[in-house]
Amino acid sequence: MNGSLVRAAREVAQYRSLLWTLVARDVKVRYKRSVLGVLWTMLNPLLMMIVFSIVFARVFRFSIEHFTIYFLSAYVLWNFMSQTTSWSTACLLAYAPLIRKVYVPKAIFIIATVLSGLVNLVVSLVPLALLMLFLDHPFHGVLLFVPVAIVIATMFSLGVSFLLAGVCIEFNDVVQIYNALLLAWMYLTPIVYPIDVVPEQFRWLILANPMYAIVETFRAPIYQGVMPDLSIVMRSLAWSVGLLGFGWFVFERRVDRIAYLV
Amino acid sequence: MSVRYTVPHQRIPTLKEFAIRWLRRQLEWREFCALTDVSLRVAHGEAVAIIGRNGAGKTTLLKVIARVLRPGTGSVTTHGRLVPLLELGAGFDPELSGRENVFLNGALLGQSHKYMAKRFDDIVEFAELGEFIDAPLRTYSTGMVARLGFAIATDVEPEILLLDEVLSVGDVGFQQKCVERMDRFRRQGVTFILVSHSLAMVRELCQRSVWIEGGRVVADGPSAEITAAFEAHVSGEASSHDPVAGARVPA
Repeated sequence: MNGSLVRAAREVAQYRSLLWTLVARDVKVRYKRSVLGVLWTMLNPLLMMIVFSIVFARVFRFSIEHFTIYFLSAYVLWNFMSQTTSWSTACLLAYAPLIRKVYVPKAIFIIATVLSGLVNLVVSLVPLALLMLFLDHPFHGVLLFVPVAIVIATMFSLGVSFLLAGVCIEFNDVVQIYNALLLAWMYLTPIVYPIDVVPEQFRWLILANPMYAIVETFRAPIYQGVMPDLSIVMRSLAWSVGLLGFGWFVFERRVDRIAYLV
Repeated sequence: MSVRYTVPHQRIPTLKEFAIRWLRRQLEWREFCALTDVSLRVAHGEAVAIIGRNGAGKTTLLKVIARVLRPGTGSVTTHGRLVPLLELGAGFDPELSGRENVFLNGALLGQSHKYMAKRFDDIVEFAELGEFIDAPLRTYSTGMVARLGFAIATDVEPEILLLDEVLSVGDVGFQQKCVERMDRFRRQGVTFILVSHSLAMVRELCQRSVWIEGGRVVADGPSAEITAAFEAHVSGEASSHDPVAGARVPA
């Protein structure tokens, strides 16, 4: 297992100039034809935030201080994971003309897709920071931990993407199944609600959810201004490293079939 | 290298269908052999043409050599930088400018941005694109795309060049330039593997030809002999297929 992964990773490193080209192209194409360009990336979380703030803060009356920050800090991270993984289901098909004509390590396409989503995540941190300023939410030194949380989330997204991409190329209805699952998954992750509203007997369901640990790792330094629990950090790290290794391994085993299928 | 692989004939596109068929035990795996027991050894600096009719497996063979397709059984070993030109314009993005596409294509061939920047002027000059290099690729004519593709592929100093029917595009002047460049490569000891329907070009460029029919090698030898045999075979078959409709006498 290690041998094939090391070989695959080394090949990706050889093609890193292609990786950067693909990421730059993805980002460029995404913004080229829209008037608002980069602003869209910032507007989307803001609009979502307005909707969710009204629904959850007013209608459900969760008594969370600075609910918008509580929600948004988790939502941008969730959005990154859900966007990149669902893009990945289509990305091999999108690059099909290339895959049929030139040899390129296929993992590059998955990595480029996730990294271009990472650009989005970083851009969407701007409205979050503005909102924190506007609401007088304190900035703490532990914000320096945020990049670590982002790295963990990136590895996790890569792992999920690798697993999905290999399957989706064979069965295209997996895309719809996954998108439905994503919605359920989002509501099973304490993003819009605090974990203490979950009844005791269902708490294990939340705790078994890797996205809970990953979201908390990211949210704690931003919202509470504290380091996340060591146990939570370890759990999210274990999930993301494990899934990245497993997902990539599975992907590399299926990779030979890809050129026949696209 | 010895190559043999099979392509699944029938594809089940959805998981739902897969599950249903699996439950009904209706999963069939019919396979289609595009290439069977092909074994070739091409020496360094050799120019080899692959000839045969449509659907004989010529392009598949090139794709296997280019590592685009992995053989089901057997393996391919190549030594040196391999540059495939399986289809002109492969790996180009119509939304990007010609300039951006040069770097994208270079990256696809595993070249760094820095290297491509150094070669950039030569590439544009060879492709005769001039100021059009900054226009989006979707505005280019087929010939322009072809010239740019050829210019990039041959500018990265290939050691093995795979060409699939790509020399027939472009105007006469550009074709002349391509042939000149290929001649220079041949003197430098670049290995060529070329697929072409133009037997005249095969005889001019390659000393050796491999004739493929139905995924198998029929003959392999000096171009003059093999192309002549191939021509005789094709024309012989055409005349033996005379319509026999005249035999059907109306009642």
